[in-house]
Amino acid sequence: MTAPQDLPEPVVGSPGATPPDLLGEGELPKLLGDCVHCGFCLPTCPTYVLWGEEMDSPRGRIHLMQQHAEGTPLSGPMVEHFDRCLGCMACVTACPSGVQYDRLIELTRAEVEREHPRPLRERLVREAIFKLFPYPARLRALRGPLRAYQKTGLDRLVRRSGVLDRLSPSLAAMERLAPPLGRAPRLPERVAARGERRATVGMLTGCVQREFFPGVNAATARVLAMEGCDVIIPKSQGCCGALSLHSGRDEEARDFARRTIVAFEAVDVIVVNAAGCGSAMKEYARLLADDPTWAGRAEALSVKTKDLAEFLVDIGPRAERRPVPATVAYHDACHLAHAQGVRSQPRALLTGIPELTVREISDPEVCCGSAGTYNLLQPEAAAELGDRKALSVRATEAELLVAANPGCSMQITTALARQGTRIAVAHTAEVLDASLRGLGAGPLLRRSS
Amino acid sequence: METTLPALAERLARALGDEAVITDPVRLRTYECDGLTNHRAMPAIVVLPESAEQIAAVVRECAAAGIPYVARGSGTGLSGGALPRTDGVLIVTSRMRRILEIDVPNQRAVVEPGVINLDVTRAVRPYGYYFAPDPSSQQICSVGGNVAENSGGAHCLKYGFTAHHVLACEIVTPDGELVTLAAGDPGYDLLGAFIGSEGTLGITTKITVRLTRVPETVQTLLAAYDSIEAGGTAVSAIIGAGVVPAAIEMMDALSIEAAEASVACGYPPGAGAVLIVELDGPEPEVAAQFAEVERLCREAGAFEIRIAADDAARALIWKGRKSAFAAVGRISPAYIVQDGVIPRTALPQVLASIDALSAESGVRVANVFHAGDGNLHPLVLFDDAEPGAAERAEEVSGRILDLCIEHGGSITGEHGVGVDKARYMPRMFSDADLDTMQMVRCGFDPAGLCNPGKVFPTPRLCGEVPGVRKGPHPYEGKADIF
Repeated sequence: MTAPQDLPEPVVGSPGATPPDLLGEGELPKLLGDCVHCGFCLPTCPTYVLWGEEMDSPRGRIHLMQQHAEGTPLSGPMVEHFDRCLGCMACVTACPSGVQYDRLIELTRAEVEREHPRPLRERLVREAIFKLFPYPARLRALRGPLRAYQKTGLDRLVRRSGVLDRLSPSLAAMERLAPPLGRAPRLPERVAARGERRATVGMLTGCVQREFFPGVNAATARVLAMEGCDVIIPKSQGCCGALSLHSGRDEEARDFARRTIVAFEAVDVIVVNAAGCGSAMKEYARLLADDPTWAGRAEALSVKTKDLAEFLVDIGPRAERRPVPATVAYHDACHLAHAQGVRSQPRALLTGIPELTVREISDPEVCCGSAGTYNLLQPEAAAELGDRKALSVRATEAELLVAANPGCSMQITTALARQGTRIAVAHTAEVLDASLRGLGAGPLLRRSS
Repeated sequence: METTLPALAERLARALGDEAVITDPVRLRTYECDGLTNHRAMPAIVVLPESAEQIAAVVRECAAAGIPYVARGSGTGLSGGALPRTDGVLIVTSRMRRILEIDVPNQRAVVEPGVINLDVTRAVRPYGYYFAPDPSSQQICSVGGNVAENSGGAHCLKYGFTAHHVLACEIVTPDGELVTLAAGDPGYDLLGAFIGSEGTLGITTKITVRLTRVPETVQTLLAAYDSIEAGGTAVSAIIGAGVVPAAIEMMDALSIEAAEASVACGYPPGAGAVLIVELDGPEPEVAAQFAEVERLCREAGAFEIRIAADDAARALIWKGRKSAFAAVGRISPAYIVQDGVIPRTALPQVLASIDALSAESGVRVANVFHAGDGNLHPLVLFDDAEPGAAERAEEVSGRILDLCIEHGGSITGEHGVGVDKARYMPRMFSDADLDTMQMVRCGFDPAGLCNPGKVFPTPRLCGEVPGVRKGPHPYEGKADIF
């Protein structure tokens, strides 16, 4: 098999930088010891909310990790409860004792990948996901057939038949989640600032964002330019490794991280508009901490990574905001709110737009069920969580849902559609773009997916 | 015929469905302890019922098989009240979390036992009401657990404990019958006996709670002192002036350090103690009393007083206090949360003695307390990796309880006796006292299957002659009292 075109030459770690034995060196016991079993994490854990059982709560999973650390081998039931964790990090926000559950589950997932043989069917699905989503070129190759599939109405036929659900629930979930595709304009490598230049920023285009939500990237580049930024969009960039990192595929993640570091080494700031990607890039410092050649470069990349909303609030508004008369519900993506602590900035940007009303969604801290690959690997739990989130979104009676992560957008619109509701969905960047360009609410509301 | 545990598990699975019965050891172990981790016991079977009828069915099966059972809500208890039995069934109510009814005109709501305390308030807040008991764990603790432990909270100084906010409980009796106990029913106050019985008299399956009107206004201040003594003086002055605050809470330097590390609550730096005073009620009354409280706090030597300007500022003040227990995890690898009561006036003396105890033993003690009603929560810190440290901490913790008893107080204010403090009961009560309590228990649970091994140091069978001791039987000639 030849390497897909948009991948740069493989970048290898420095010799001798073997993957650190993450479970050794006492990191895990120390992290586990931080948990005092108070249970404050339980009500924000999506799976505890769904099933009300200890072993599907962060406290219970930490207990399972402890059991394993004390010598209980990984068993089917144990792995099942680890797999069911969405990695949404709501528990990290809720924890008063500072337990680094995000780190714990990452270490555990890596351990599961190393030590626990999965059944063939599961292995195939996982391999398929990790051979597809982190590669924009492969996703692009899929766009043509997918568009045809949607345009011919074959999609409706297949869904009615239920054939995919019988074949593979993951495949069925993937099919249902695919957004309706339009044209995908390519962005140039450089977009010049309007007016006096305030900054030069690199922009990550992402994989799913780039192929399935190209409008979001175009809007992001325009907003940055209108706010006085030269935008550099390196052609050499590929996947940031978020999906791999959050699934315990550490080696793969490190490989993606090194490529991303190289692609963006020339810029001082990297603006990211997908929550999962931004959070992964902010983790590079830790991911590559044990690799002497890369540790410093990884640290530098993490420091200069900013979520779009975070960056725009930092530099402050300069371009004129024009009215967007609409009522919007803002959805906190877990990897933005819990992982990056970015909650107030998107709200500040939205409320800064004249005639736009922001409504809060109840239980904002509870995940929508998208969670990277979760809705593909755990379709049933994901669908239940999606349904809950959809109900909360509907209760706001907003006409536009704003979310800053492509996975969340797909997940929530799919759930709403299941409930027979269609709502327009936009990224914060697209709402700002509409405001800055004086387009009003029309174009945003008309694109109900 | 004796039913074995595997046979019982099968019967329970038939009654509740496979998915509601856990027998896999890896899963069972996650239930081995509640919020108090130094007592652990892996249950033989865990069941996750979804209705009162299912709980009744489980209890009937256990009763028929002679197998003990323990109820558990969210597993946040701090006295090991929900510690499982290795030879028994753990009945977990975390799937029973429906709010069944909200009756605003009659100021009541009916909830299932697994409903989270704060969720009751969230549900009725739009109508201008809330559920008053507010344990620090209110974001996760269950109402059923609150009933079992008669939980208090920072605001019970003015509003009372759970017992004051429960109007009725449907319970499953230890023989598997569903009955309702209601406040104000003629005859004995069985509801009063049930609330706070720590799961030893039955399992509550439905709770009618009283809703309290949200006060017209709330004012909160934070006063910083150089020392605990100065803070204590302020507390006495405020209560002495006839003010009944909604809450008066105190934290010492060590617990402030922990809270700061955890939630960055921004308490005044360098404080040896902070006092949180909250007043609520009608606007003019609160305004007048708040001015007085502020004056009294200053007179007692406060070097800084902060008044919460809005709900957000108030929430931040409370966040430090409410996260204090768990936050101690930031400054110590392990700790014991103690719970004792002393007369408010003994506060300075007892705290000085705790200080001395700490200095003498080298065991650090952080102090958090509901100062208004003398409910202490000393946090005894230790490193569980260090040999003997746990035992030393346990020793200090026990001696703090002795101090409470010496000063005419109690071994628990609100966390319950559970398994952890059963051994201290004889320090507070005579054998006759304990036998009397056990007779009540025998009235409800003659077979002794409902949460056995809790509260009492030496459980006894109900047919047994009480007190195999020398001298006259403690109830001799007094039986008519009961």
